[in-house]
Amino acid sequence: MNRFLPLIVLAFFVSVPLWLTDQYYLHTLVVCGIFMLAAMSLNLLLGYTGQLSLGHVAFFGIGAYVSALTSLGFSVSIFGYQITHDPWPPVVGVVLGGAVAGLCGYLIGKLAFRVRGAYFVIVTVSFAEVIRLISLNWIELTNGPLALPGIPPLTLGFEPIGYLTLWDKAANFYVVLTFIVVTYIIIKRLIDSPYGRAMIALRENETLATSVGISVTRYLVLAAVFAGTIAGVSGTLYAHYIQIIDPAIFMFLNTVTMVIMVITGGKGTLAGPVVGGLIFGIAPVILRKYVGPEVQWILYGSLMILIVFVLPEGIVPAIERWFGRASAKNSELALEPGKGARS
Amino acid sequence: MTAAQNPNAILAVENVAMHFGGLIAISDMNFHVNEGELVSLIGPNGAGKTTAFNIITGFQRPTKGRVTFRGTSLGGLKPHQVTALGLVRTFQRTNLFDKISVFENVLIGLHRKTSARLLGTLLSLPRERKAEAELRDQAWEILRLVGIEHQAKERAASLPYGDQRLLGVALALAAQPSALLLDEPVSGMNATETGRFIELVNKLRARGTTILLVEHDMPMVMGISDRIVVLNYGRIIANGTPKEIQNDPDVIQAYLGQGVKHA
Repeated sequence: MNRFLPLIVLAFFVSVPLWLTDQYYLHTLVVCGIFMLAAMSLNLLLGYTGQLSLGHVAFFGIGAYVSALTSLGFSVSIFGYQITHDPWPPVVGVVLGGAVAGLCGYLIGKLAFRVRGAYFVIVTVSFAEVIRLISLNWIELTNGPLALPGIPPLTLGFEPIGYLTLWDKAANFYVVLTFIVVTYIIIKRLIDSPYGRAMIALRENETLATSVGISVTRYLVLAAVFAGTIAGVSGTLYAHYIQIIDPAIFMFLNTVTMVIMVITGGKGTLAGPVVGGLIFGIAPVILRKYVGPEVQWILYGSLMILIVFVLPEGIVPAIERWFGRASAKNSELALEPGKGARS
Repeated sequence: MTAAQNPNAILAVENVAMHFGGLIAISDMNFHVNEGELVSLIGPNGAGKTTAFNIITGFQRPTKGRVTFRGTSLGGLKPHQVTALGLVRTFQRTNLFDKISVFENVLIGLHRKTSARLLGTLLSLPRERKAEAELRDQAWEILRLVGIEHQAKERAASLPYGDQRLLGVALALAAQPSALLLDEPVSGMNATETGRFIELVNKLRARGTTILLVEHDMPMVMGISDRIVVLNYGRIIANGTPKEIQNDPDVIQAYLGQGVKHA
């Protein structure tokens, strides 16, 4: 049952564009999926290594800007040198965006993991703020508050086959869904491997983890690189889908949204950010029909408080406990003893 | 009596001193442990045993002196690097990954043993899948050796106390030690649990593991040690076989006070 559930959920979402004809709802799902991707990356840090990155939107925004600039081209002068970049295909932008964000994850990881806990939070918040200020003030490169408009949508394909440009929402939906599935698998494999176990070990008991030979910096930095890269890629998808980005992308609210998705869904579980992402990606749209915007935000906040209050571990662990009592299994931490003994 | 330099020594503590501000926790400590030997470090409370332990395992840096393991100086190494050399410790209080299963605790302990590479892991290549399966087999082997395999699925924190201590040793064993440092392993255990623990120590010795034991339980120490090093006030006051130690006037005085005859 537990093994097929993700496939059933996947089959359901694959079918969504076939029956959901309302373009607005589809749009909501695409944006929801992009933020879900970012939340999944945050979960790697917050959930598995236990480090709260409150500047996570920086990676998201860096990915978005790098990809946008790669595909739009730019011309800036640095120390008297004129650097001109001609537009490249958006797909290259996605790769570069992820790579640059991953590199930032590495640097921030190296710097910030010297300090832990509250200090780490401060370092990440400051990092996001610095990046926001750069995007706001380096007008020659980023257009500042005037935004970068006209970002081309993603184009897939090769020369001989021909190209498919993702103008419509259904195509974008499938691209985002693919990224979510791939990311889910990558994170699952990471977590079930010695790498992920080292991260969990550091979260659970750092002293003991080092005594069994786990290097603290190495694995925390590894988590930060993965988290940065994935968040960066989700940012690139955002840029090419929305087709315009401005420094408001670095809003603290965006980080908070990701944190809420992870915490309500269940930090440190694979499905947590997916469930949390769906709830907080879709809830505002559903509520919009029935109540005014102010009431909506109040309900949204109350829902969050309620979930955190009633289910402090998040929704997914709670559901697992209800269903798991009978079968005594707990999803990705289930180790299926006997499997190793048999082989 | 200080230990003479011995070519067979796997672990050598030379001229180590540790000062905390004005407090001298250890002054000039010299001893060694030979390959395959079981040496116990004993002494009254506050004698400096745990400090010595922390220095050997890299958790604290000595004020002076040095510790070498198989000829490599441990000076300046981080705990995980000391572990990488094959010198692994257990902790005085139970120290486990409480919230996850016993089996996964041991899997984490096997960290150094894995040959999985990052890219292969992400692509789930056969090589990495095989490495993972081997890791799981090893984890079962360790659980069976320690004798807690029937509790593999339990959360570590839910084990009875004695079994938690055994899991602590399992974790240390998983790091593939050539020398194991046990910090008061049987403190707080009842007689049955202590009996099981001694059995385990004997099994480990049969496999050729070198053991340095810090312990208060005298019957156990006297029963299983090849050699005993006695610390008092940060100084080594005796170093010898259990029989020699039992009859050493300095030791008797340190433990029982002056003027009392050893029964």
